Amino acid sequence: MQTNTQKNQAVTKKDGTPECRLDHAVIREDFPILKTEVNGHPLVYLDSAATSQKPRVVINAILEYYRKKNANIHRGLHFLAEEATAAYEKTRQHVARFIGGVDPSQIIFTRGTTEGINLVAYTWGEENIKEGDEIVITEMEHHANLVPWVMLAKKKNAVLKRIPITFCGHLDMSNIDEIITEKTKIVCATHMSNVLGTINPIGELAEKAHAVGALLLADGAQSVPHMAVDVKELDADFYTFSSHKMLGPTGVGILYGKREILEAMPPFNMGGEMIDQVYFDKVTWAELPHKFEAGTPDIADVVAFDAALTYLEELGMDRVRDHEHYLTDYTIKRLGELPGLEIQGPQEAEGRGGAISFTDPDLHPHDISTFLDSKGIAIRAGHHCAQPLLRILGKVATARASLYVYNDESDVDRLVQALTDMRRYFGV
Amino acid sequence: MNEQLDDMYREVILDHYRAPRGSVPLQMFDITNDGRNPSCGDELEMQVKVNGNTVEDIHVGCKGCAISIASGSMLAEIVKGKSIEEAKRIAQLVRSLLKGEEVDIPDDMEDIDALQGVKQFPVRIKCALLAWVTLIQGLDNYENGHAAQGTTATTE
Repeated sequence: MQTNTQKNQAVTKKDGTPECRLDHAVIREDFPILKTEVNGHPLVYLDSAATSQKPRVVINAILEYYRKKNANIHRGLHFLAEEATAAYEKTRQHVARFIGGVDPSQIIFTRGTTEGINLVAYTWGEENIKEGDEIVITEMEHHANLVPWVMLAKKKNAVLKRIPITFCGHLDMSNIDEIITEKTKIVCATHMSNVLGTINPIGELAEKAHAVGALLLADGAQSVPHMAVDVKELDADFYTFSSHKMLGPTGVGILYGKREILEAMPPFNMGGEMIDQVYFDKVTWAELPHKFEAGTPDIADVVAFDAALTYLEELGMDRVRDHEHYLTDYTIKRLGELPGLEIQGPQEAEGRGGAISFTDPDLHPHDISTFLDSKGIAIRAGHHCAQPLLRILGKVATARASLYVYNDESDVDRLVQALTDMRRYFGV
Repeated sequence: MNEQLDDMYREVILDHYRAPRGSVPLQMFDITNDGRNPSCGDELEMQVKVNGNTVEDIHVGCKGCAISIASGSMLAEIVKGKSIEEAKRIAQLVRSLLKGEEVDIPDDMEDIDALQGVKQFPVRIKCALLAWVTLIQGLDNYENGHAAQGTTATTE
């Protein structure tokens, strides 16, 4: 059994200076799936931007819940119901601390980031967006933070405006005051792009939005897993992310909102749990956060998410960020050695995360992915749920390698070697 | 897996991929139809010149993976000079082949046999189908008097 101090102990650089990095070899031991052999090769998992792998403590927490605590929450008056409720609410308190110390009643459990954004679009958006109002998005949004706003704008005859991207893959803030105007009601932006890796200035966007009386919603699906996030410091009005991209189970998402905004919003789903008084002719709503949590939620996975948060805290989110920053830099440099290979988005590790999209001048991303899979390497290929962005980049698809705490240089070396072999294989 | 990989990317597939037949756009044509593969972004432009009842010339311009390009190249090679009826029969035969049905492959179409390796990669079958369903739709449109431009999206 390894201790946590071993996992995040300082690694010494070749020149003898200490470096804040994670001990990849120790961390790998915590992830049973990484022992998998794929097509005769040890698995190299470079698809964490799609979903992360799960450490043993999270897998065990799911089993433990079903073995010892399973009951429906909030309603029962028996021992197990109280155990399950306490465990479920413990995760809520943990999430509240994890994103900068907010009140747990501002943490709403959803099915994922997508549902969190839809919740806001369908409730706040339905009540507050009127004809001629402006909704501002960015050109690098995932469909999850795009399609709900496209449809809301259509329905309400509102105007969808977008913040363009620069040639280097950053948001072009030069004309921001012409984009975010007195007509703007909400600004919706990803904190970290799932295609380009770009980290966006959410705090600055929130300031611009608030200056004209608008709200700021941030899609944190790619940021919260990889860096310390403080929603109060960012002054975000809504912030949403997913458990499964940060070592936790699938089926759990989080929507954070400012209290007065959440309180003024109508509920999303109607049914059990979200009510106060029900009559045949009138209904009153439960207090936050229960107003937004109708029906029986994914209790076991919420409970197990607590273990994922603890695991990340023990590593330290600053160290996680340092580790990925180092590895992103290494990956960009190594990929740069391959002739003709083009990296999308920022060309240096500064200001970006470890989702690294690339294209080969001669080979389609699907052929790249199939070839890499034959070598045991898992990457993503396609449009990454960002078709408008891919059109701007002039690509039909890209290949994407994405990094996390269990990756190190050897994974990147295997990727680069396989990409070299691939060109020989296809004879291009 | 390397065997499976080699089975999909057979030499004949790679040969078609590296030097696709019918890649030059036609000066004059009677049928045009575009194919799309929404899930992976493959795009295909097809032009057919008809003389009487014969496919006199064909252009298949494909932006996509090795499988969709190679399959389009084979199509161009095989249907050129065939009657419209025969071209449709061949396209249906390839469709059946890729769907795993037992079919007899004519001797002059042995390249088609190489497409069978794709069957081990279910998500790639639609890449191999793209050109063939685009041809069927284009010929159907022509026969029904709608020679105007069309678009076919493969969802099968």
